[in-house]
Amino acid sequence: MSLPSKNWRLRNQRYRLVGEICEKCGTPIFPPRDVCPECEAPAQTPYVFSGRGEVYSYSTVYHPPAGFEKYAPYTVALVRLEEGPMVTAQLTDVAPEEVHIGMPVEMVTRQLQEEGEEGVIAYGYKFRPRMG
Amino acid sequence: MESRLLRTDRPVGIIGYGAYIPRYRLPAAEVARIWTGGEGETPVTEKAVAGPDEDVVTISIEAARNALARAPHVDPALIRAVWVGSESHPYAVKPTSTILAEAIGATPYVQAGDWEFACKAGTEALQAAIGFVGSGMGRYALAVGADTAQGRPGDALEYTAASGGAAYIVGPAEEALAVVEGSLSYVTDTPDFWRRAYQRYPSHGGRFTGEPAYFKHITEAARALMEALGTSSADYDYAVFHQPNVKFPQTVARQLGFKPEQIGAGLLADRIGNTYAGSALVGLTAVLDQARPGQRILLVSFGSGAGSDALSLRTTEALLERQGRAPTTGDYVARRTVIDYGLYVRFRGKLLV
Repeated sequence: MSLPSKNWRLRNQRYRLVGEICEKCGTPIFPPRDVCPECEAPAQTPYVFSGRGEVYSYSTVYHPPAGFEKYAPYTVALVRLEEGPMVTAQLTDVAPEEVHIGMPVEMVTRQLQEEGEEGVIAYGYKFRPRMG
Repeated sequence: MESRLLRTDRPVGIIGYGAYIPRYRLPAAEVARIWTGGEGETPVTEKAVAGPDEDVVTISIEAARNALARAPHVDPALIRAVWVGSESHPYAVKPTSTILAEAIGATPYVQAGDWEFACKAGTEALQAAIGFVGSGMGRYALAVGADTAQGRPGDALEYTAASGGAAYIVGPAEEALAVVEGSLSYVTDTPDFWRRAYQRYPSHGGRFTGEPAYFKHITEAARALMEALGTSSADYDYAVFHQPNVKFPQTVARQLGFKPEQIGAGLLADRIGNTYAGSALVGLTAVLDQARPGQRILLVSFGSGAGSDALSLRTTEALLERQGRAPTTGDYVARRTVIDYGLYVRFRGKLLV
């Protein structure tokens, strides 16, 4: 799928961490998948995550795929959100050597990717060391 | 004589405010090292530089989230206008404001638009938001001033052209943390600074920069506003002026009869540089972070081309409870990572390969 189409379709989850919550068992779900992974009940009620979490694990990318050269080197992390789900995202505003497992982080909306000089700019969630 | 004040049909004020300043700092000494052999005075100590994944959209989003955090009773879906003033919108055609509105949950029943007036694009959006709410068209409006300012390598502006921004939620006075007592605008056609379409860097009209532009418009706007309101410099606890460097706001404050202690809290240029459309508005967030209820603030912006918006604000009891709900401007100023000129060149896309 093209970058503009994908980012447009996913804009609610990418811009502001909108997932879902299971009305039956209360499990917060991210990314949204319309079915609860815990109890398999239909789950389509939107739920905005707080954006707070901590680094579960991480790896630093020095040889980025096309479209990400501008940001390298960057660290990609598995972030455990405080509501439970695990998300994969870039870390930002942090040097690779400053990252550690368990580091408290918070969501920010940043540039994810550019389609060259003429194309669209995709924005979405990244995580940075928590302020204050 | 018809009043020069811009009047609203009902009283309005600032409901929430928020700043954002990127983490990276370029010391002015680094610019001097590259271009002057380290000789000569610099207009600021250092400036804030956006990281490689930041632009006016991302700066506006974080500032707006901080403003919303300070207005916890405001449902973003009730914001009827989202306006972003900047001279560094990431797209020439495609609004910054729609991306911002989507990111804060204000879409789809919202007026959205980008404003342009050099360094006063942000206060222009704020003035419009005051009018929009003041006329009753909507209960809340969001006004942002933000920039990732362009400075030509080696140009005098490279010391100061910085990144940052501030956001304000405007709403009815009874919910405000600071009530708008009055505002006016003073505008003339003055060729002090411009950037033509498709140009990467601005040009400036040398001798027009100081006296006929910055000083003329700020003093005229400030004096006309104070005359219309029957106030004088002694009536203000704080004053914030557009700050392209440190000396200009200090000088214009003196010309208008303000003392150094009245402008200290809102004068951040030495530590973050000139955030253009964010400049005066970020200064105001720093003042609101430390003001007490019942205090009076004068805000006067300046934008090249040229014009000034002057606003008189009075803080309310609601301020105290909201100050601590988001990171302060001082928190962002203190969060700093120094970079050298080489990394700056890479971050700001000045190296064309």
